[in-house]
Amino acid sequence: MSATDIHDPNRRDFLYVATGMAAVVGAGAFAWPFIDQMRPDASTLALASVEVDVSSLTPGMSLIVKWRGKPVVVRNRTEQEMKDGEAVKLADLKDPIARNANLPADAPATDANRTTPGKEAWMVMVQVCTHLGCIPLGQEGDFGGWFCPCHGSQYDTAGRIRKGPAPENMAVPVFKFISDTKILIG
Amino acid sequence: MKKILTSLALIGLVAAGTGAIAAEEAHNAAAPTHFPINEPKEMSWSFTGPFGTYDKAQLQRGLKVYKEVCSACHSMNLVAFRTLSDLGYSDAQIKTLSAEYTIHDGPNDAGDMFDRPGKPSDHFPAPFANEEAAAASNGGAAPPDMSLLAKARGVERGFPQFVFDIFTQYAQGGPDYIHSLLTGYDQTPPAGMVIPEGTHYNPYFMSGVSLKMPKPLSDGQVTYDDGSPQTIDQYSRDVSAFLMWAAEPHMEDRKKTGFRVLVFLLLFGALVYLTKRKVWEGVAH
Amino acid sequence: MSEGHSTYTPKTGLGRWFDARMPLPRLVYDSFVAYPVPRNLNYAWTFGGILSIMLVAQILTGIVLAMHYTADTNLAFGSVEKIMRDVNSGWLLRYLHSNGASFFFVAVYIHIFRGLYYGSYKAPRELLWILGCIIYLLMMATGFMGYVLPWGQMSFWGATVITGFFSAIPLVGDWIQQLLLGGFAVDNPTLNRFFSLHYLLPFMIAGVVVLHVWALHVVGQSNPTGIEVKSKTDTVAFTPYATIKDAFGMIVFLFVFAYFVFYLPNYLGHPDNYTVANPLKTPAHIVPEWYFLPFYAILRAITFNVGPINSKLGGVLCMFGAIAMLFLVPWLDTSKVRSAVYRPWYKLFFWLFVVDAILLGWLGSQPAEGSYVFMAQMATLFYFAFFLIVLPVLGLIETPRRLPNSITEAVLEKNKGGSGHPAGATAAPETKG
Repeated sequence: MSATDIHDPNRRDFLYVATGMAAVVGAGAFAWPFIDQMRPDASTLALASVEVDVSSLTPGMSLIVKWRGKPVVVRNRTEQEMKDGEAVKLADLKDPIARNANLPADAPATDANRTTPGKEAWMVMVQVCTHLGCIPLGQEGDFGGWFCPCHGSQYDTAGRIRKGPAPENMAVPVFKFISDTKILIG
Repeated sequence: MKKILTSLALIGLVAAGTGAIAAEEAHNAAAPTHFPINEPKEMSWSFTGPFGTYDKAQLQRGLKVYKEVCSACHSMNLVAFRTLSDLGYSDAQIKTLSAEYTIHDGPNDAGDMFDRPGKPSDHFPAPFANEEAAAASNGGAAPPDMSLLAKARGVERGFPQFVFDIFTQYAQGGPDYIHSLLTGYDQTPPAGMVIPEGTHYNPYFMSGVSLKMPKPLSDGQVTYDDGSPQTIDQYSRDVSAFLMWAAEPHMEDRKKTGFRVLVFLLLFGALVYLTKRKVWEGVAH
Repeated sequence: MSEGHSTYTPKTGLGRWFDARMPLPRLVYDSFVAYPVPRNLNYAWTFGGILSIMLVAQILTGIVLAMHYTADTNLAFGSVEKIMRDVNSGWLLRYLHSNGASFFFVAVYIHIFRGLYYGSYKAPRELLWILGCIIYLLMMATGFMGYVLPWGQMSFWGATVITGFFSAIPLVGDWIQQLLLGGFAVDNPTLNRFFSLHYLLPFMIAGVVVLHVWALHVVGQSNPTGIEVKSKTDTVAFTPYATIKDAFGMIVFLFVFAYFVFYLPNYLGHPDNYTVANPLKTPAHIVPEWYFLPFYAILRAITFNVGPINSKLGGVLCMFGAIAMLFLVPWLDTSKVRSAVYRPWYKLFFWLFVVDAILLGWLGSQPAEGSYVFMAQMATLFYFAFFLIVLPVLGLIETPRRLPNSITEAVLEKNKGGSGHPAGATAAPETKG
């Protein structure tokens, strides 16, 4: 056996364990900046809200703005579209949750809950299919809402999933009307 | 140890030789060959040393000087309004401050460029449309962008000063230089010195006897709300500190992280040293 | 050493399964655990390990910086500033990388000078030394191209001056220069190819490092006495003895490195590189990164024509010659004794050479005028004289001191004066741990 064994083994073990642990802590702390740098940077976060002028939209018209790199549709719905949306029973919905970032996470997916109070004609929605991220086409498909050409998901006039592989209703982002003609998204 | 003494002696010889050269090149006051004529004055700053932090009140005053004086000619392209939270401003204050600026944006749906009030995500707008316009309006020399000025200027420290600087952590050559330059106007050039037309003598300017920029500051020019003296010297200190922040906004974070890293390495090093001694115990080497 | 049989015996079933199919654990065990190292290595020998760590750190920080950097003359400067201002921890990664380059060179210079002092290049380690010289050359190319990427004033003008070397070559010089630049001056094509090559070269360095370590493991490490390992008592096992000593050396080195990164991150850089490149305006005083300064001083020292060789070509030849000297060292040194410990005259000239190299570095940072030029010429003369006169002649005329018979004897002799561990010296260290 080696000469070092004549010393108190506990002290030696403690030293080795402490050194090893310090090495692990150091390696962990060193690794953090390499992960941290992947997160969205300060300039990206600063662009997290956009203002949209919707004064030119008459019923039946939509516009699309880019928000956080994704298309957000703003649609001034027709009377018929709103009626169709209200007529749907919650039990018929594939996803009964509103998916509206302005409401509690468990709000039911009524037509009203998909919009904002007093402005029920206006759909503001991230126009990205909840299946695998394609952009659905507007006013197409069996439900008069949106139709995703990639894998055939069909959404109704309130952007709720009705048929096809998509699991959720399309997301409603945080937004508010800052005047009758201006929407702040984000 | 003999070898160390030998090398020290040689370094001494070299240093002596350098001194001799400097003496031999004693410059002619009217036609200096090395600039700046005067070394920058070393000021005391709140942000120096291992625990240095920015003085937020000073940065706010510096921003005021920049806004009311410097920004007439100097851009600060890399600094975004949102980062002014470092100076102690609230989000609402930053919003108001950025809205005071007009940002040229576009094109809109009709394909036209338009002007709109600034947003916190915008950067300070430049006073001139492009570098050519800036040069044309300023006698042929475009005023430099100020975002990095405090790191882009530094008078060479020379031997042996640059060795001492490692231990004193001297990293404020930029602010020292800017402060000296701003307070270095109004001096009489030595008899016989030729000052080119349209330039202004300043013995602290690092690339010649004079520069295109006229004296920018005068006493009482900018109103301070916090009772600080409204003098050229105070303005210059404040704007230099502000420019240091603009050039190195994460300095406080850097020094704080650095202290933790060094303390960790010290403790870890001690543990590894003790382990090393244990491992090598009984092994002659 | 290497011809000794492997002592690796897998303890588990899985270990045996692996060993029969791909004996990677055996390779690691033989190279980094059981590998015998001379017991008398001092801390100068920890720089090999330090350099490996620095290479890995540079590659890691470089890869993440490349995620944010844009190699376009209009965007490069701004993208670096975005890293410094907006990217999370970006300032840290960028300062680690830029100062890491400097400290990589600090370590490599200590490593090279250690080799020169202890005669580590002498047979049978010539190939090991030359592989090291190749790594050094690749490091210089990588460092130079990396300095161009931020697209500041020094980046641009450094690139202009250094690619200008090639225009000194007779007949084909201009053609080669345009080939390197992808144009008539440093511009967007240059920046793009430098970025590509700056990303590639570190992996080539890593490849040559593998060869360097392979060659090292064939011939074994040199040691302060310069006497080859003769018996088992001359060595200790790499792990834990060398590993823990290397670890301590690394931490001390990292401490100094961290001091610069966090407190003096721009000390080793140049203020002009915080001004965006302007092809129409040369800075008052172009200097390369500090680690090239001695060679830059040699380049500028040649101010006179020699026969058909003009001063420009002469300067470039001398500069490349100064690096080429390193490759020839194993054959220029005629001494039978390796280590400067036993060569009093060589020791003196070695330290003179160190001072000369530092002096050249300082001169390289000064303007090329007045007495600086003469000093640079004298220092250049000594630089070449050290390799071409001192190394060959000293080996023939110097009387070395008496050499010990073995490493063990040298260690025992050294420890006699102090407290000493006579028992430890006779124990067979390899059976430990």
